[in-house]
Amino acid sequence: MAIFLTKDSKVIVQGMTGATGMKHTRLMLGDGTNIVGGVNPRKAGTSVDFDGRAVPVFGSVAEAMKETGADVTVVFVPPAFAKAAVVEAIDAGIGLAVVITEGIAVHDSAAFWAYAKAKGNKTRIIGPNCPGLITPGQSNAGIIPGDITKPGRIGLVSKSGTLTYQMMYELRDIGFSSCVGIGGDPVIGTTHIDALAAFEADPDTDLIVMIGEIGGDAEERAADFIKANVTKPVVGYVAGFTAPEGKTMGHAGAIVSGSSGTAQAKKEALEAAGVKVGKTPSETARLARAALSA
Amino acid sequence: MEKGRTRVDLFEYQARDLFAKHGVPVLAGEVIDTPEAAREATERLGGRSVVKAQVKVGGRGKAGGVKLAGTPDEAVARATDILGMDIKGHTVHKVMIAETAPEIAEEYYVSYLLDRTNRTFLAMASVAGGMDIEEVAATTPEKLAKVPVDANEGVSLEKAREIVAQAKFPADVAEQVAEVMVTLWKTFVAEDALLVEVNPLAKVADGRVIALDGKVSLDDNADFRQPDHEDLVDHAAANPLEAAAKAKGLNYVKLDGQVGIIGNGAGLVMSTLDVVAYAGENHGGVKPANFLDIGGGASAEVMANGLEIILGDPDVKSVFVNVFGGITACDEVAKGIVQALELLKEKGEDVTKPLVVRLDGNNAELGRKILSDANHPLVQRVDTMDGAADKAAELAAAK
Repeated sequence: MAIFLTKDSKVIVQGMTGATGMKHTRLMLGDGTNIVGGVNPRKAGTSVDFDGRAVPVFGSVAEAMKETGADVTVVFVPPAFAKAAVVEAIDAGIGLAVVITEGIAVHDSAAFWAYAKAKGNKTRIIGPNCPGLITPGQSNAGIIPGDITKPGRIGLVSKSGTLTYQMMYELRDIGFSSCVGIGGDPVIGTTHIDALAAFEADPDTDLIVMIGEIGGDAEERAADFIKANVTKPVVGYVAGFTAPEGKTMGHAGAIVSGSSGTAQAKKEALEAAGVKVGKTPSETARLARAALSA
Repeated sequence: MEKGRTRVDLFEYQARDLFAKHGVPVLAGEVIDTPEAAREATERLGGRSVVKAQVKVGGRGKAGGVKLAGTPDEAVARATDILGMDIKGHTVHKVMIAETAPEIAEEYYVSYLLDRTNRTFLAMASVAGGMDIEEVAATTPEKLAKVPVDANEGVSLEKAREIVAQAKFPADVAEQVAEVMVTLWKTFVAEDALLVEVNPLAKVADGRVIALDGKVSLDDNADFRQPDHEDLVDHAAANPLEAAAKAKGLNYVKLDGQVGIIGNGAGLVMSTLDVVAYAGENHGGVKPANFLDIGGGASAEVMANGLEIILGDPDVKSVFVNVFGGITACDEVAKGIVQALELLKEKGEDVTKPLVVRLDGNNAELGRKILSDANHPLVQRVDTMDGAADKAAELAAAK
């Protein structure tokens, strides 16, 4: 089962022919991902050889879907073109768009999110500025190293890329159903809550580890969601207890979110929802082990 | 500190310039940095002016940073008083010489910003302007209208009228405020702003509605299409180490502790700061000296640049390099450490600060071997994050 991504997922890569896209397409193929095509209008009709496997390049997402039945796209295109790429994916009606690109302007990510919503949220967006997601042993859509851990029964959702890897490493002997890096940008598609709901419904997940960090109020809202909807044990970690306050001019943002966004506030909200929260990644891993053996 | 992103907060005069550029009504004004320049600037305004301290902090009026000048000489005197003044820890380096406002009849508040929770833009408007808007939100929330704005639909005059109606602006100014909402939205979009705020938006004696003070924060992820924004960055305010790091493309923030930190990925580096601070509790209260994220896929050169900056910080007593290799290869990190130490030795700099290195993930074995082979007396490997943090804190405390 797992969430969002399985061995049956047919994956295309937007920006496959660029240096980053090439590198990670090769790695994703190595992890068993069924990559059925790339998208680049200027190279449509050609194919790219990855260690003996020829992956065709299509002129558009719509064409790639029609020819291959693709249901997942991984977006590596540079920030200046990322909005157009995601809008194209939404227009084509693909089920999942994983946006790896870092450095997308907020006005662009706000625009493609509003567009996805206006189109009825038929395309799940993960990211931007995220490492993507992996279902170990089945499929990898993004840049998470495939060799850190093995298939298992922990579900992981995280704002931070390297903390995702760290947690996968700490608990590598137990293994994971799926690990989802949702990204820490101000506007993201899939949230902690979306992933929590999916893990709650996933019969292959016994425990959920949730990693947050300072800024926004996503963790506080996730805490409310857990209290009301999640029956599986959840273990949390929040980074940034000692990070300095941002040099913001006004606090208009705080008025909107109604939360200070500090790590302490997030920890307290999660604990009030029954989530065990570790002070460090390794303590969090110990809490996860304890919860699994309880 | 927000992950992987810097917001560029502007001075009032810069905000005023951007408002003017997009048609938001503002008063005339110019920025100066010497008292003498206040004379000519005031003459150009007809002999009277308001001298306004340019600092990125609220409450400057109460602190004596805004003064009326009835003559050019008086403007020079007021500018002399205000330049160099300390306002809540901010030194005043520039003042704006502004046109004196006609008598103010009413003060309003308007802004656009990102509503992260709802992943949409938001218009905020209130007839209770001129004061701290947080206080308005806390004490009289019914006086602050919050209206979602779809990023793709934007703010037409019709939408602006809806915002104005929700905020219950008086009929005599409603249309003028609606026009301000349209031009302010233009500013917000055209400049890739994260926040545009006018406070106060004033109704003056002759009936006009004018933006008297404002704040703008820009998104530096949009720099690729905003070439003019580079000029708006306040380089003078940056810490010299922060400026040096920025010049090398490194994401660095100076902090007030003793343990230099280098890691990959903002989340892991933030976590490293926490782990070091906790470890420091057992070692005389030492703390992290900085935040430095070398990013994903960093080369040996990037690593060496980072280490050079950290070692150049006189506050640093020990260094903790904490890398979990995802895209970043640990052998590159190890090479960078060895290179940086050799480079500094060639430069004749006497490096005495101990380095604690923890490498895991992509090519960790190779990286560890490079460090073992180099066998540098200042470098020691500890293979867990908590253990390495404890060692780095212990070494910093011993110095």
